[in-house]
Amino acid sequence: MEELFQTARDIHGLYPHVHIWGWPIATYLFLGGLAAGILLFATLYYLKGKENDMPFTVKIAPIFTFIIIVIGLLLLVYDLHHKLYVWQLFTTFRIESPMSWGAWTLVAVSILSLLWPLSYVDDIEKYLHERGWKKLDFITKFIRDLEHNWLIPRFVILTFRKYRTFFAWILLFLSIILGIYTGILLSAFNAHPLWNNPILGPLFLTSGVSTGSAFVMWLSNNKKERKLMSTIDMALIATELFFIIHMIMGMQAGPEVFKQAAHLFLGGEFTVLFWVVFVGFGLVLPFILEAFELKGFHIPPALPALLVLIGGFIFRVIMVYAGQMSEYPF
Amino acid sequence: MRYAMAIEVNKCVGCGDCVVACQTENNVPMGYSRDWIIELARGEYPNLFMHFESRRCNHCEDTPCVRTCPTGASHVIEGGIVKVTHDECIGCGACIEACPYEARYFHPDGYVDKCTFCDHRVADGLDPACVSVCPTTCMHFGDLDDPDSEISQLIKSRENYTLIPEAGTAPQIYYLK
Amino acid sequence: MNKLNRRDFIKISGTATAGIAMAQPLTGIWETLFPKEKKPLLENEAIKTPTVCEVCFWNCAGWVYKDNEGKIKKVIGNDIDPHSNGRLCPRGTGGLGMYYDEDRLKKPLIRVKGKNGKPEFKEATWDEAFDVIVKNMKAIEKKYGKESMALLFHGKTGPHFEHLFKAWGSQTMGEPAGAQCLITREAGFIATYGAGLASPEPTDVRNTNCLVLIGNHIGENMHNGHVQEVSELIDKGGTIITVDPRFSTMAAHSTKWLPIKPSTDLALLLAWMNVIINEGLYDKDYVAQYTYGFDQLKEHVQKYTPEWAESITTIPAGDIYETARMIGGASPRVIIHPGRHTAWYGDDTQRTRAIAILNAILGSWGREGGFYFPEKVKLPKEAHPPFPKPKWSWKDISREKHKMAIMGITNEIIDHALPEYKGPYKVKGMFIAATNPLQSIPSQDKIKRALDNQDFIVVVDTMPAEITGYADVVLPEATYLERLDHLRTAHHRQPNIALRYPAVKPKWDSKPGWWIAREIGIRLGLKDFYEWEDFEEVLDWQLKQVGSSIEELKKVGVKYFPRKTPMYLKPGEEYWFNTNTGKIELYSTDFAEWGYDPMPVYKDHGDTPPGYLRLIYGRLPMHTFGRTLNNPYLFELQHDPLLWVHPKVARIYGLENGQEVWLKNPKGKVSSFPIKVRITERIRHDSVFMPHGFGNKGRIFVDGKKLEMHRAYGRGILDSEMIYNIEKDPETGGTGMRNNFVTILTENPHNKKDKES
Repeated sequence: MEELFQTARDIHGLYPHVHIWGWPIATYLFLGGLAAGILLFATLYYLKGKENDMPFTVKIAPIFTFIIIVIGLLLLVYDLHHKLYVWQLFTTFRIESPMSWGAWTLVAVSILSLLWPLSYVDDIEKYLHERGWKKLDFITKFIRDLEHNWLIPRFVILTFRKYRTFFAWILLFLSIILGIYTGILLSAFNAHPLWNNPILGPLFLTSGVSTGSAFVMWLSNNKKERKLMSTIDMALIATELFFIIHMIMGMQAGPEVFKQAAHLFLGGEFTVLFWVVFVGFGLVLPFILEAFELKGFHIPPALPALLVLIGGFIFRVIMVYAGQMSEYPF
Repeated sequence: MRYAMAIEVNKCVGCGDCVVACQTENNVPMGYSRDWIIELARGEYPNLFMHFESRRCNHCEDTPCVRTCPTGASHVIEGGIVKVTHDECIGCGACIEACPYEARYFHPDGYVDKCTFCDHRVADGLDPACVSVCPTTCMHFGDLDDPDSEISQLIKSRENYTLIPEAGTAPQIYYLK
Repeated sequence: MNKLNRRDFIKISGTATAGIAMAQPLTGIWETLFPKEKKPLLENEAIKTPTVCEVCFWNCAGWVYKDNEGKIKKVIGNDIDPHSNGRLCPRGTGGLGMYYDEDRLKKPLIRVKGKNGKPEFKEATWDEAFDVIVKNMKAIEKKYGKESMALLFHGKTGPHFEHLFKAWGSQTMGEPAGAQCLITREAGFIATYGAGLASPEPTDVRNTNCLVLIGNHIGENMHNGHVQEVSELIDKGGTIITVDPRFSTMAAHSTKWLPIKPSTDLALLLAWMNVIINEGLYDKDYVAQYTYGFDQLKEHVQKYTPEWAESITTIPAGDIYETARMIGGASPRVIIHPGRHTAWYGDDTQRTRAIAILNAILGSWGREGGFYFPEKVKLPKEAHPPFPKPKWSWKDISREKHKMAIMGITNEIIDHALPEYKGPYKVKGMFIAATNPLQSIPSQDKIKRALDNQDFIVVVDTMPAEITGYADVVLPEATYLERLDHLRTAHHRQPNIALRYPAVKPKWDSKPGWWIAREIGIRLGLKDFYEWEDFEEVLDWQLKQVGSSIEELKKVGVKYFPRKTPMYLKPGEEYWFNTNTGKIELYSTDFAEWGYDPMPVYKDHGDTPPGYLRLIYGRLPMHTFGRTLNNPYLFELQHDPLLWVHPKVARIYGLENGQEVWLKNPKGKVSSFPIKVRITERIRHDSVFMPHGFGNKGRIFVDGKKLEMHRAYGRGILDSEMIYNIEKDPETGGTGMRNNFVTILTENPHNKKDKES
């Protein structure tokens, strides 16, 4: 029998001090991945010259990314324990700290993702009218006001429109960085064997892009666009499934601590949540639904899209909580 | 200069003096501690083994906490002592997650707090508070770069181990059997 | 560089006060939002006051560190102090928590008639409290005589009230440190060597080759100097043999652990003697020169063979032979440690006699690596008229039955305070200073009946312990960091004196013990016994008689004096022991005369009754019984007492780690509170273990408001509550408390009662 007792650890300020990250960080990671996915498609298709074939993807969807990122940043600040010192994040740039370059990336992405839709005001108006959301006209009115009556915003918007291709390249690059960041943020903490995993980064990136495609699929009013996104999403889901199997098999083949980390999903606390809720309802089911839709069955597009989105969110919640439970025994 | 600690587990009685000494020395608020004790027992009555380990920040050679800190609040000073500048810390918790030893915690004022090897005492040529108070003298502090220091000699001459060497952080607290 | 402290800053910036005052709210907000980092107090900035620790009886000397605002920041050992060697234990280090504890007694309290027998008090001034005390002490004097007012005390507070009582004319006094702790040990050593051990025990651990711990838990008790010397012994690679039914801390650090069946120590000690004598491993010259009765002893132990002892102790005979040879081989550098709290099974004087005898035949008494001859500084007493001779005293109520009662037997005093006591030595009033009899003296039911039978009870304490609930007047004493007490003149290798000087003013309306005793004394008309205003005058006078002064002691804390006699016996030296024969009495002539066993005889103490587990209680290194539980630092360190249970027992009762259980004794008494279970291999299957002093139940009401030790209240089980069987040691009247059994309840018994009623 082995016994381990601790003194001066179960005191009220510390215990259970290891579980310091909760839903805000999980949500932050989810929103970061989602924004990265949306922007990746927007910039990619713009640069491929498919601006008009994929109007929602390129012109409309990015308007949401700014809001998504701001919510994510607010959650991040909310989760800080020394909130009033948050500006310290922007006094330095530390390449070794994902938290540092992630914060910088987020700020850069949020600015560019605000300017991107501002320069598509006509298309936004068209989309809103098609959707019948006339009440939201004040948005386009406000943008036009900015563009015509304010000197500096006018200059910025016009410049952006002029050099859109240049900015698209930058934004494409940044969105990939953002996607990678949300993936490797956790794997930077190798004190937690579950996170200390080379597959985790690509998996998060794929999942983020997948939620991005689901988002477009959900809100786009263009049938062709939806169909394309659906196909892409299926490929992404298949990739995710491949990564998941690969990751767990890798952990199983590793030293004891990694086996124990894998056990969280293979009989441990997170087994049902991971396999049934995330893999079952968040990956396999939407994959099947999308496949049926491609075969011509009528499936409401929101259904698989929302499943993917919720699945992606739950995946991050699982990884944040399970990761903190996975520790080196000592 | 490479400061380190050697702790003789064959002498420690797990009294917790190191914890209290640290709390009073460093104004650690009530309900928190920078160091702690574990008791490890193994075997079956009457064939038993048991010892205590006084634990704290390992002031690692390779510091994941400093690496993941987004603001540079976590840093390494002369002698390899890992410290946190409170006014630069945003309280994101990255370093807490990065540390395999659970040696860091949120101070109630928001910043992250941890063992400093009592650098304010070390600067005056004193031992850290925990070392200087230990009734069993089971703790030793010193410079590993000096081959003649007590701690270098102890680590050289006694069978020893560190905690979670597989985490790859090169911890600098050595437990002497 | 010149540093400005805050006070200087205020002085020089006096003219700018208005501006600062206006800026205050703003800076206030700023400081809340951006709290300034609290920097550690640097060694050269600290203001240091000498102190002598009072968190336990070891009385280590140390320094109280204050910052420049006069706030106590830490307490550090005095490097030259032989009790601590500059290293305080966790309790001493956390001693400042006693001073900062917000649950302290803050003002004198006078009992008012409460509803439903609730202990209700009102706050009072010191004068009001003294008036009530003096009036009632005089009433007891008139009705029963001064002797019927008893004093129960502990620690450095005690002597102030001893002086008061002796001056007034009552010597009905006792401290639990006697009958409940080490009286049997002292008696056993006095009967053998003509000298007791006192504190700190003069064991030369640091120079020994072999240390035997039997019923002794160094490391769990933090008898600081001894813990340190054992640590030195481990460094040296010395042999340590630990005899314990529990795999104690020191058992884990020992060369050899003998897991003994509880209550059979004497069998092992006798079997060791058997081997050591029969194999000629004893110190023959020493025995021939210094001891009396070796032949009788040799004959006496013949029947106590290791094979016999195996059947009693469950320790294999082979291990007994092996350890006996290890012990014998180390002679005379060997110590069979006498231990403390030798209140075991009712034949405890004989048990320590066996330890003393074993040491004697190994020749360790008065030898390097054995027991050294300690020396202390003899301070002259301040001049005062002779104490009046009481008509009767503690001697009459203790020595009547127990010839070796060398100090007041608290439980005898309690027996004389019971309503059924009809003899001449009635106790009708109690003055209780710095002890909590409900935890420290068995048994609780008896104590409660005795307390209820008193006309008047005064309690002097720093904390609202259980006993305050029984008081008529409660007096708040200052903590040791705030007060002056007698000089520490404990004996040691080198005679020395240590000073406890107040580092800060007493908090709230608390007062030092000397002041309280003196004020009462003067009101009782004993001015002649208090010809000084401040106790500091007495200490300074005393110190001047030995060539020092309080000023000097304030600077050094501890002062050494030269030894007058050698520390060890010289080879072949003539030495006279203070016994009837002038020799170390292996055969006690006094005991033979008084009808006690002249040599220890093994007695069976029975087995654990079926369905029950033996209750073993002990120490935690970070607590001194109940007195430290509410100390914020030490509470944080350890606040969940655990009941150690063997896995087999856990299976039978279906227990899980951390589960809360209650205990019940064969008399049907159920513990007030639950305790958490720790399933561990470190305990025998027929016993449970828990630390002493938890399960605090003290709660009073002051002007309608609840006052309790809020952190400690209701945590764990108090062993004193469960102890029902007290086996009195015939020689001393000491109370054996280790033959008690309990069973485990997994359902809350108190809920059930509620449902039934």
